[in-house]
Amino acid sequence: MPRLTRWFVKTALVYLVAALSVWIVEAAQTVLNLPLVIATLQPTYLHLFTVGWITQMIFGVAYWMFPRASRVRPRGSETLAAAVYGLINMGLVLRVIAELFRALRPGLVPDWLLTASALLQSLAGVCFVISIWGRVKEK
Amino acid sequence: MPRLSCWFIRAALIYLIAGFSLGALLLVQKASPIHPALWRLLPAHVEFLLFGWVAQLTMGVAYWILPRFRPAPVRGKQGLAWLAFGLLNTGVMLAAMAPVITAPPLVTLLGRSAEAGAALAFALHAWPRVKSTEVTLRRTT
Repeated sequence: MPRLTRWFVKTALVYLVAALSVWIVEAAQTVLNLPLVIATLQPTYLHLFTVGWITQMIFGVAYWMFPRASRVRPRGSETLAAAVYGLINMGLVLRVIAELFRALRPGLVPDWLLTASALLQSLAGVCFVISIWGRVKEK
Repeated sequence: MPRLSCWFIRAALIYLIAGFSLGALLLVQKASPIHPALWRLLPAHVEFLLFGWVAQLTMGVAYWILPRFRPAPVRGKQGLAWLAFGLLNTGVMLAAMAPVITAPPLVTLLGRSAEAGAALAFALHAWPRVKSTEVTLRRTT
């Protein structure tokens, strides 16, 4: 398993645990009468799960298992794949921070943090497609 | 990688870009509202990523990697898998676009039915391929 895949998969596992932990807190909100603001964490939970866990796991396994790009560079550009890892995680962490502060202390963090998060994540998607497209080929 | 897997996976990659772009637009809308009508894109964002990206990629990889048969056809009933590909993409487009163009609810129903049809067709294709390869190995040795 290549080093970058190990990073993707381990980070995905961390997000899985984080997402389900947030889910527990969300479920505990009504049971334990916790502050209502916790309910606003639902989009954060969903994206920790779908982007952090599912999509990142797919990225890591695809980088590892898809057909070789060439003999010289079997997995294509490692720099581009590393950029995907950086961009998706920076984008997601930024979103979690921004959403959390928007719910708890509105106005404390600037709105452009969410915009930056959006750009980073969509750029990660584009970079991933560029890096993997050539490896989706008939044998 | 077989041709149908290439089709499934490339379509999934296109949906990934489309779904992420819509998601980015919605996040920007949340941060600094552009137009309230943009929220009508939310179902398309979900549809593109859950069914267009994740479900479609899974089908493409499963078609490629599940145990094969000897003698040919090595991947069993390929027609069913092609049908799943057609139905899934028709369904995703119908279900995603219906709220955007404020189409009648019948369009969403047709989309969802096509997606369910794709799931059934793919399950029927894949079911016989979910088998032990150990038995095959023992028989050949």
